[in-house]
Amino acid sequence: MLPRDLKPEQFSGYPPEAKTLVTNYIAALQRLPLAFLPSLLREAIEYDYKFPPERKALERELANLNSLSAEHLKDWLQGFAQIHLSAALENFDWINAPAQFVEQLSSYLWTTHQLDAFRTAAIAYADRLQVSVPPEPPSTPRLGITVVGQGVASYDAPLFRKLRAHGAYYSHVNPENGLRALLDAVAARAKAHPAPYAHWYIDGGHEAEHDAALTTVSYAALEPARAALLGKMRAEIDRPGMGPEALRTRLAQLRPADLGFSSADEGLDRFRTKMLTEGSGTQIFSTTFAQWTAREALRRAQPLTLLVRFAPRQRQKPMNELLAATLETAEFDPVGSLGDADMGAYYNWLNQQRLPGANESSFLVWFEGHSQALCIGPTTPRGTTSTSAIDVSQLLASLA
Amino acid sequence: MTSHFSAIHQDLSRQLAWTRREFLRTGAAMALGSTLLHNPAALAGVPGKKRKVVVITFGGGARDQETFAPEGQENIPHLMRELIPQSTFFTQVVNRGILGHYVATASLATGVYETINNFASLPPEHPTVFEYFRKDLKRPSTDAWVVAPSNGFNRIGESNNRSYGPGLGASVILPKHLLTAAMSGRTTDYEHLLRDNYETPLYAPDLGGNEFQLRQLEMMLKLSVDDFKSHALTLSSPDELSVYIARRLMRQLAPSLLWITMHDIDIAHAGAYSLYIEGIRRTDRLCAEMWKAIQSEPEYAGNTTLFILPDFGRDSDDDSGGNGFQHHRTGDALSRTTWMMALGPGIREGVVYDRPMQSTDLVPTLGSVLGFSPSLAQGKPIAELL
Repeated sequence: MLPRDLKPEQFSGYPPEAKTLVTNYIAALQRLPLAFLPSLLREAIEYDYKFPPERKALERELANLNSLSAEHLKDWLQGFAQIHLSAALENFDWINAPAQFVEQLSSYLWTTHQLDAFRTAAIAYADRLQVSVPPEPPSTPRLGITVVGQGVASYDAPLFRKLRAHGAYYSHVNPENGLRALLDAVAARAKAHPAPYAHWYIDGGHEAEHDAALTTVSYAALEPARAALLGKMRAEIDRPGMGPEALRTRLAQLRPADLGFSSADEGLDRFRTKMLTEGSGTQIFSTTFAQWTAREALRRAQPLTLLVRFAPRQRQKPMNELLAATLETAEFDPVGSLGDADMGAYYNWLNQQRLPGANESSFLVWFEGHSQALCIGPTTPRGTTSTSAIDVSQLLASLA
Repeated sequence: MTSHFSAIHQDLSRQLAWTRREFLRTGAAMALGSTLLHNPAALAGVPGKKRKVVVITFGGGARDQETFAPEGQENIPHLMRELIPQSTFFTQVVNRGILGHYVATASLATGVYETINNFASLPPEHPTVFEYFRKDLKRPSTDAWVVAPSNGFNRIGESNNRSYGPGLGASVILPKHLLTAAMSGRTTDYEHLLRDNYETPLYAPDLGGNEFQLRQLEMMLKLSVDDFKSHALTLSSPDELSVYIARRLMRQLAPSLLWITMHDIDIAHAGAYSLYIEGIRRTDRLCAEMWKAIQSEPEYAGNTTLFILPDFGRDSDDDSGGNGFQHHRTGDALSRTTWMMALGPGIREGVVYDRPMQSTDLVPTLGSVLGFSPSLAQGKPIAELL
């Protein structure tokens, strides 16, 4: 089936708000090339469970596509229209399973050497969309905070090497009450700028005491869900004919209830589910979980405030043993985890800088319980080192 | 639009090559070889005994910032200080194929960008270097071997091409598979070596093809199962086990064409940066160990060319579609552009070439070095090595 044959009733399986959204724009969807449309539907089918910035971005994108003349639309999407698709892809149920279609499309593009052409088309489209529908700036400058090194007694190698050129490195930070100061600052921002899913606290271990206004995801709190997921993965592996692609598809189809989630916030439960089912390594290493969750929170919720605290991950063990979740014998690797988190802090900053308002955003990374930190902000001198005594609250104040 | 992207891609590839060249000039005192197209020393320096080739894939994928960039050179001390000064180094080896480890390694081995399913137990569609080598030169099966870390590589030794195929390929040893068999179901002490494909850690395809059988350990490698198991307990990674087996092969059978696929680095898929760095450092050390082994084995010393190259790179930090070092899914320039070094008699030492070449050029180059004709390969022989 091709997009031009789309009919409103074919979206009957979509959640209610998603169904309304796509049927309102059915005429626009009918004009889109098949190499493009399922990627859009993959977002639309999740509309009911998306965070506010995602919903707004999708609405604006659809409105923009709807507003384009036939000539302009052709010009915008010609790169996608030139992608040759197989009959199998055309016959795929891309309306009801757009994510699976995109997976198969990706494989097909690699195999047919059309990936570069698709990338070109995607980059060109995204660039034009950015110009025509510029993202809205945040209501207040963003603040990202990353806390690394929990459980490390001493560490002599240099930290924050990738970030130093972008900000000020502090070597004499008073660590006393540092974490409390950070959590209080995040809570204060949540009170000053209240908005749904605008202020996040992600912890790679156990959550510290925090303000209820924060959207919180922690590795320790998800332990029952991780155990449930690993059990399901093992069961799937044992099924005849199971391969990696089929397994990936099965995992993507899991719903929050399958992993024991039952909060009143289905959107957040779905986010937590995806962190475990779609992330690579998030089921095993807490540092990977914290980094990937931060990436996805930034990309999807575009928070005004994000505090990410890394915790020690398991020492690398045999994969089978790790997947058996024999946590009673788990050993930790604090120093290795610090290396992971140091890189994770860099990625947190990079991902924050991809959001609107990057020029006004600030970032702080601190070696928990120790005297090293680094600040990046609009007025922070770049590539500098300070040996002056300072505490964590003062670091935050320097970014205000 | 495609041409526009290609231009961008080529610019980025050139930039990567240029920076590698500059890093090498400053870090390893290499000379530029852009004007030295032909190598008068090639072949002339090789003594009369049978010429041999060892290929090591520096897998699975490492980026410049963790290797050849100034901040990464601390992770590859053996390459920087010991191997590169003795090598001819190519800074811009582009892989235009599918960036999955099995299919990319198959492409390296056939000289054609293969399109087989990366996760299936399938042979390459085009003849492998091993088939060309054995058929053209009438070499026995003991003269071409593959040592691979992952069960998914069990079909890499020979294609399903009608003119070549079964019976003409390389014998494939999967050390982890051997270890599994040797354990006879007891997994307690050996599981740390049994990790398979890091991208899909739970999946292991059914084995088929010409993989080496456990009973042959003793017969061909003169290694008892008990000794094999005991030695495995002293090793920290699958690649260490692969190098151990490769050295036994060199000692016992001295194959003329030996291909070793490293894979430890691919732990990066689990997202733990420190483990990825550990993998790079281990692979760096193992490459140096293999070079030392080549120089110390009488059958190899003085007549062996060693090629070291990654199958591909990993995603850039700058591509928002990826997640940096963790994967190789974006197809960006950093993930497609790698390097290659060649060492051995007749190879010019300490020279850098930064012209673009493709990873499919390896097989035709091996053909020229060893004297066979890879007629279906798409690449071109590397003139600077001939």
